[in-house]
Amino acid sequence: MTSESILHAATIVEALKTNGVSHTVWLPCSDTAAIHEAITADRTLHSIPVCREGETMAIAAGLWVGGRIPVVFVQNTGFFESGDSIRGIGLAAEIPMVILIGYRGYTRHGQTKDSAARFIEPMLHTWRINYYLVECDADCDRISKAFEEAEQTSRPVAVLIGKECRPS
Amino acid sequence: MMTMTESVEIISAHRQDAIVIASQSARAPWMKVSQKETLDIAFAGSMSKESSVGLGIALARPERKVIVLSGDGELLMNLGTLVTIANQAPKNFYHFVMQNGVYAFTGGQPTPGGHAVDFAGFAKNAGYAGVYGFDTAHKLSARIGDILSETGPVFVSLQLEPETDLGVSAKGPFPWRPLKEYLHGLRKTLTVPG
Repeated sequence: MTSESILHAATIVEALKTNGVSHTVWLPCSDTAAIHEAITADRTLHSIPVCREGETMAIAAGLWVGGRIPVVFVQNTGFFESGDSIRGIGLAAEIPMVILIGYRGYTRHGQTKDSAARFIEPMLHTWRINYYLVECDADCDRISKAFEEAEQTSRPVAVLIGKECRPS
Repeated sequence: MMTMTESVEIISAHRQDAIVIASQSARAPWMKVSQKETLDIAFAGSMSKESSVGLGIALARPERKVIVLSGDGELLMNLGTLVTIANQAPKNFYHFVMQNGVYAFTGGQPTPGGHAVDFAGFAKNAGYAGVYGFDTAHKLSARIGDILSETGPVFVSLQLEPETDLGVSAKGPFPWRPLKEYLHGLRKTLTVPG
């Protein structure tokens, strides 16, 4: 594995800070555990862990109403659970919101047996939520593109985290 | 027990400049008594998430008091919110549950557990800083001023009559503005100088 193909948690956290993120609203995911640890350790990011993923989009909307810049961070399974929050708050109320999604079960070159992975991109297309795929540090500039697009369109934009993160 | 109208009249009289988020079941009675609509959100669209939106606003604007009016059916759908809120411990957060034991929005079907559900017990064990329960308008009126002066998060359980004619039905007749207008409007109020 070359260093160019590695995804570091610190690179993602740096991308969030570059985009002015004030609060992270999240429920952990095994593939992205290193990111959660890095977020929690960073004292400039206010961490808001939740009990169920549907809370995240609503809390993020409230933070946006109050003038802050939140980011939502859930697993693809949590995205499925959050359907009515995405529909009724993120989309219907037109809230600019970046949603980082742990892409559980994603196999870039193999058969994708996990239905959580097989359904997430079709679901995003169905919701008409644009998304970017991040698999290594070099891809992390796509996080900035997601923030720009969310702001310009006043809609949720997703970033799929397609690889298990390494600590810093 | 008290009526929904009695309870919101008392809360409205003591809100001062607090932001109020009224859930799907409380929004019609609330909007009839509110004197400060620019600080209100008549919530609709994602049932049960009014407390989550309120938490976000409270954390973003710690200098502003935030009052959330949840229905009992709504809170039952999002009980984890009590733990999420208590864990964040916003000092400016005041959470009322309007426990009428029915889904007024859909015609008055009974909620699971009805009036037997101990929401105050849930909130206390989740870690709210202050927890209260009232079953009459007189008792609520006597304490509301002090409660809204306390350090949050505070939870107040109100035992209400099982009314179904609250004007909260999904079929009207209240002329609802979409949630988008409330959220974008309140953001403007809170973030645009002058």
